[in-house]
Amino acid sequence: MEKLERQETLENVIDRQLGKRSFLKLAGLGIFTAAVASLPSILSEASEETGTNTKRKFRYGMVIDLKRCVNCKACTVACKLENKTPPGVVYNPVIEEEIGEFPYVQRRWFPKPCFHCDNPPCTKVCPVTATYKREKDGIVIVDYDACIGCRYCITACPYGARYFDFGENYPAQQTEYGRVPSPEFHGAHGLRREGKSPVGNVRKCTFCLHLQDENGNYTRPPACSETCMSKAIHFGDLASQAGGLCVTHEGCNLKQLLVERKWIRLKEELGTEPMVYYLL
Amino acid sequence: MKSRYGLMGWVLWGALLTLGLVGVWQRFTYGHHLANYGSFIPWGLWVAAYIYFVGLSAGAFLLSSLAYIFKVKALEAIGRLALVVATITLFMALLSIWFDIGHMERFWYVFTRPNFYSMMAWMIWMYTAYFLLLLAELGIAFWVAPAKGERWLRVLGVLGVPLAIAFHGGVGALFAVVGARSYWHSALFPILFLTGALTSGTAFLLAVVARFWPDCGEGRRQLVRLLSQITLGMILLDLLLEWSEISVPLWGNVAPHVEGLHIMLFGPFWWVFWIGHLLLGSLVPIYLLARHPDNPKWAGLGGALAAIFFMTVRLNIVIPGQVASILPGLEGAIQHPRLTTFYVPSAHEWLVLAFVVAVGILMFAVAKRRLALFGSASEVKR
Repeated sequence: MEKLERQETLENVIDRQLGKRSFLKLAGLGIFTAAVASLPSILSEASEETGTNTKRKFRYGMVIDLKRCVNCKACTVACKLENKTPPGVVYNPVIEEEIGEFPYVQRRWFPKPCFHCDNPPCTKVCPVTATYKREKDGIVIVDYDACIGCRYCITACPYGARYFDFGENYPAQQTEYGRVPSPEFHGAHGLRREGKSPVGNVRKCTFCLHLQDENGNYTRPPACSETCMSKAIHFGDLASQAGGLCVTHEGCNLKQLLVERKWIRLKEELGTEPMVYYLL
Repeated sequence: MKSRYGLMGWVLWGALLTLGLVGVWQRFTYGHHLANYGSFIPWGLWVAAYIYFVGLSAGAFLLSSLAYIFKVKALEAIGRLALVVATITLFMALLSIWFDIGHMERFWYVFTRPNFYSMMAWMIWMYTAYFLLLLAELGIAFWVAPAKGERWLRVLGVLGVPLAIAFHGGVGALFAVVGARSYWHSALFPILFLTGALTSGTAFLLAVVARFWPDCGEGRRQLVRLLSQITLGMILLDLLLEWSEISVPLWGNVAPHVEGLHIMLFGPFWWVFWIGHLLLGSLVPIYLLARHPDNPKWAGLGGALAAIFFMTVRLNIVIPGQVASILPGLEGAIQHPRLTTFYVPSAHEWLVLAFVVAVGILMFAVAKRRLALFGSASEVKR
């Protein structure tokens, strides 16, 4: 209100001194100057929408504590429930290995979501730029409306994190369950129909990005980390000012964990820079 | 007698087309449900067929273009035949890969939103240029007067040779750039694809010339001898490169792609390499071509064997590279038929391939009847 009054006063003064026509000219000039001045920020917002902005807001990643993981596979199940993935599409399997010979046998296991690599080999091979790494949060996604289903990205991923949707369904798809849309990508392709995306597309973990609010902050942690009963999966923003703000567990700091504990990333030698760390 | 064989041939072709149409109907009705590939082996028979047909095309084209450029008169007689074979096999390759993609209706996205960082995008753009060039050459070869046409064919051949080398080398590079699959990640791959293309393309032309060349005189004999010698040389060169590709990593025995080689050489489908490729696709043709280079019957058989069994080489490129585990334990994480590294093409996949072959045969039969595919005896003698 106060601002409006001040504008009115200014208008009156100028009108009196320069006359109406001059004022209009001046106002036009002012609007033009303001538009030019605000152009960089408008462009920046627009390019952020299209994913070409170089300014980075978030760098989401995971720190998975292997000492805490008990191989219950609740993360796998929670992910399937959250994203309603069909048979043969598993965004977060738990890899198990048995090493050695009896009696010196050891088993080891680890959850394996997509690593959302900083240097992803999968996005480079896509012939139609359907899969790309989002600048605003570092999440690697597949645009279901653009993917032609050539599956080149599946062969290029060194971690087996991509799956082809063959259009197969669980029997429950024929029941009421089938009429509940998947929230993936905010339900853009929520209901499954034969021959329509995501059937015939390559699919992968999205770090449950549908749980982000309009500013890119998570309102809820991704399903796998939220459900983990032993609190092994820490999900958060590795680029935050606070030094690795953890979305999943309050008071937990991802960077602190990485400083205090020994960690590995899979196949470091490939230079893919995975955003998922395993604490040993 | 001849007409009885001809009739039998058409009956067999009819059966092949009928079976193929069943496969195509299944493909359009059930999508990818009936295919046996999955998420751990995402590329199967159709991708192998694609690189096989595209190799035949590039090989036939390179041979005919080199003949035009270097004025190899003896080979100029098969110039038109080679162009037709190159066009038909390229069409068959595109048909195979079209059936393979998840969204067939989106194939044109590769032109409207290409990613030039992707070797696949480059390959598609290059074979589009190659396809246009082939059509132009076909037009000139069949519908322009020979005096004028020969010059233009030479010009287009000069343009076409680097294009065909880049395009088919690019198909090899498409595999070679995939760092995640050590078996494919070899600098020799694009070269192997080129020699493979020339081997299979020349062998295929030899078989076609030996079987269908209308003139039974000295002209055909000379042509068969020349093609036999080129095929023989290419098979030997291809084996030499293959030896290098296989023996070096096996000798070192530490490179990750040893696993893929072990699968190819000693895995459950060992016979594809040893019997299909080495015995029937290489050693028997080598014997036949060396022993009877100018006998159309035996040299033709040698060419046919080398050309047909080259499919085993293509299968051994595509499949073992994916069977080799990229992450130990991944396969056992979830039990599902799509999440396994065991792959045998399904009946549906074979049926679709039968359709592609039937279409190719029909195109060739029509071309043979309508166009003057074969040069005259005088052209050969010249």
